[in-house]
Amino acid sequence: MSKNIILCGVGGQGTILASRLIASAAMKKNLPIKTAETIGMAQRGGSVFSHLRMGEGANSPMIAKGEADLIIAFEPGEAVRQLPFLKKGGAVVVSSRPVMPVSAMIGKSVYDASAMITYLKEQVEHLTIVDADQAAQELHSSKTLNVVLLGAAIRSGELGLDASEIEEAMKERVPEKFWDLNLRSLAWSK
Amino acid sequence: MHKEFLMGNEAIALGALAAGVNLVAGYPGTPSTEVLETVAKRCGGRAYVEWSINEKAAMEVAAGAAYAGARAMVTMKQVGLNVASDPLMSLEYIGVKGGMVVLVADDPGPISSQTEQDTRTFGMFSKVPVFDPSSVSDAYEMIQEAFEVSEKYGTPVIFRATTRVDHGYEALEVRDAEEYKVCKPEGFVKDPSRWVIFPKLSVKNHALIEKRNEGLSDVFSEYPRNVIRWEKGIASEAQGEKKMEARCENGSEAGCKKGIATHGANYGYVLDSVGGLKLRVLRVATPFPFPEKLALEFLSGLEEVLCVEELDPVIERALTYVCGKYGLSVKIRGKKTGDLPLSGENTPEIVAAAIARFLQDGGAGELADKDASIGNATAGGIAEMKLPEPPALPVRPPVLCAGCPHRASFYAVKMAMKGRKTIYCGDIGCYTLGNAQPLDMCDTCLCMGAGIGIAQGVYHTEPDTKCFAFVGDSTFFASGITETINAFYNQAEMTLVILDNSTTAMTGHQPHPGTGRTVMGQVVEKVSMEKVLRAIGLTVVETVDPLDYKLSVETVKRVAEEPGVKAIIFRSPCIALTKPSGRSIVNLEKCIACGKCIRELGCPALVLGEDGKKAKIDTSLCTGCTLCEQICPVGAISGGSKNDTQTVEKTMAETNERKAFEEKKAEQGGKKDE
Ligand code: SF4
Ligand code: SF4
Repeated sequence: MSKNIILCGVGGQGTILASRLIASAAMKKNLPIKTAETIGMAQRGGSVFSHLRMGEGANSPMIAKGEADLIIAFEPGEAVRQLPFLKKGGAVVVSSRPVMPVSAMIGKSVYDASAMITYLKEQVEHLTIVDADQAAQELHSSKTLNVVLLGAAIRSGELGLDASEIEEAMKERVPEKFWDLNLRSLAWSK
Repeated sequence: MHKEFLMGNEAIALGALAAGVNLVAGYPGTPSTEVLETVAKRCGGRAYVEWSINEKAAMEVAAGAAYAGARAMVTMKQVGLNVASDPLMSLEYIGVKGGMVVLVADDPGPISSQTEQDTRTFGMFSKVPVFDPSSVSDAYEMIQEAFEVSEKYGTPVIFRATTRVDHGYEALEVRDAEEYKVCKPEGFVKDPSRWVIFPKLSVKNHALIEKRNEGLSDVFSEYPRNVIRWEKGIASEAQGEKKMEARCENGSEAGCKKGIATHGANYGYVLDSVGGLKLRVLRVATPFPFPEKLALEFLSGLEEVLCVEELDPVIERALTYVCGKYGLSVKIRGKKTGDLPLSGENTPEIVAAAIARFLQDGGAGELADKDASIGNATAGGIAEMKLPEPPALPVRPPVLCAGCPHRASFYAVKMAMKGRKTIYCGDIGCYTLGNAQPLDMCDTCLCMGAGIGIAQGVYHTEPDTKCFAFVGDSTFFASGITETINAFYNQAEMTLVILDNSTTAMTGHQPHPGTGRTVMGQVVEKVSMEKVLRAIGLTVVETVDPLDYKLSVETVKRVAEEPGVKAIIFRSPCIALTKPSGRSIVNLEKCIACGKCIRELGCPALVLGEDGKKAKIDTSLCTGCTLCEQICPVGAISGGSKNDTQTVEKTMAETNERKAFEEKKAEQGGKKDE
């Protein structure tokens, strides 16, 4: 099995932990794994991404355009930004909650997040929209959006890993007092 | 051996430990920082590790250790090498006794740097041998080989990785601590004819270095990581395998007229796109001294070569030189022939597209029937994605964090100097982001510490301008002190603004001399900026909490009117070091929807509310810094509290350690006085 996965969002949203969880789970299964991440200035509220390549045959961690099996997007606009990387028939899991850039707030640019969702609906057949606000309300925490998205990714069938494998990886990285919240987040779907 | 999932920089650090490194010094800089941090974390007392005040100091510390026979490593980003170039250029003439690796992280793109300089070129200029790893696992082994080469030939070597290797991750086998090499330094042996650089020694050693490098070119032709591959779908073969084996993989070299020469992260992109094609691939792991004999072997029988490189056309030039030297008629293509972009980072699709073009145009007759498969193997994916134009994507330049004290400092200076003729010279750090709208408080930015010099030059040219230089705490220690002395001595008139957030924030919160902590966790005496400035001779040195808006504005107004060089230290910790003091909220009854808070501060936590008019605060981002509360004309915002009441939980333990340290110091001081 080999999978190319892209995680994307805005600096500070927790894409790195999610990518780390996938990688640990893959390692446990003895799958070769290579990843590349945005570190540095862009982390200050800029667009960030992680590329993950799981399985045999990858010579570099970078995924070429049109070759991602799955995009896990923490933000609608960022999903659209990364869409050229999706292969035909690939899956997208996206959080519906936009992060407004400062430039849009002070009127120096425009950002219409609902247009992003519409565009994704038109272009992607295998699309899962995660209502982040509802999830946060029901889970009483907005901190586990990354895990909620991972759960949706597992159910999309394109992650190449199952829930128990991610659970195990999570337990190794997350302090025990947060296990329950994370398990509920992983299972959450509306 | 055991398996770990490691970042490239972590793998390099563990490789250095496995090679028995005794001393590591460096200065933080993306994408190099994690190397030194990992050595500090994982060394288990095997090595001495320090964050030096700048790269020059680090290079000299490492050189001293290598003189004494220790294995030493110095870490920095590419622009840091400019700072350290003075000692390195001379060090190459002197040489080392213990192995010394100069780790330099290059940043194609650039993603977080001022320049796209190529350290392979610097190796050539300085005559220092260069290693260029292609992947995380490659880097792990290669750093150990770099130490061996350095020690064997008595020269520092450069280990230059790029972002995709430094910040790439891989699961790989690494040695257990018990398997680490143990290196016991002999100690410094006095010998003025060896360690003291004089013209006579320089000319003698210069000749020896040139000879040695010629010899190294032959040695590197046999180095298994410099490899020729006759491609036949062996893309997944482990990198770095014995060259001979790889060559025997497919003997059918006849008829192969085209080759690709590549390096670093691009090697992976090339292998990912040439699977199944009849192409010869040369991977250059040591760009300097260039493995000439291996290159000759690679070129033999070829008609055309495409050099797939990032940053400078180093291999392209070297191959062109080899062709000229040996009278070969092989066409060398690459950046100089317009086949690859002259700047920026290469991506898998840029590489795949360049290879596809290279195969399809002139002289690719025998490949014509393969056109379809070329399409599939290379640009196939791209061709299939026919997406319509998306709606306007959100524009996201990086911004200062919500609650960042720098925002308050910039805003205070901006308000205090409203209507005046000013120049705001910026510098390198998070606070370069003060250039963004709506603050717009960074008129220049060049390199570490340069803002202080530039402000002086502007003053001497336009004395009626109020000249400000903004510099961070870490940058001030790294390269701001000499610039300040220059200003004071040469009678400039300017205001030095030190943005002291008690950490090196941009690179991930490293300690510096002002923090009184070291990377090894020791508590040491803090270097006081105020004392340094006063010792230089400045009489106006004021320290203010930037989150006290009114006081800050008053201070700037007053200090800027003083003659000569004066300093304001805005001191407030980086939000990443403190716990939020609370959350501010907008009272919608009071808010008059003037938009001032959003428009003037640009805090990412301040957004428009549901009605699209009144302000709203994103409580998941707000730190309760109170800046917006202080500037709202109707007092509609409340709930936060200034940082003096913030619980600095993370640094609590440290505070206790500091107390113990101060007490011990007082005790000892007391004893001395007796
Ligand atoms: S108090 Fe105001 S300025 Fe400070 S972080 Fe919160 S919203 Fe931003
Ligand atoms: S500055 Fe005060 S009144 Fe104006 S929009 Fe902001 S909260 Fe409302």
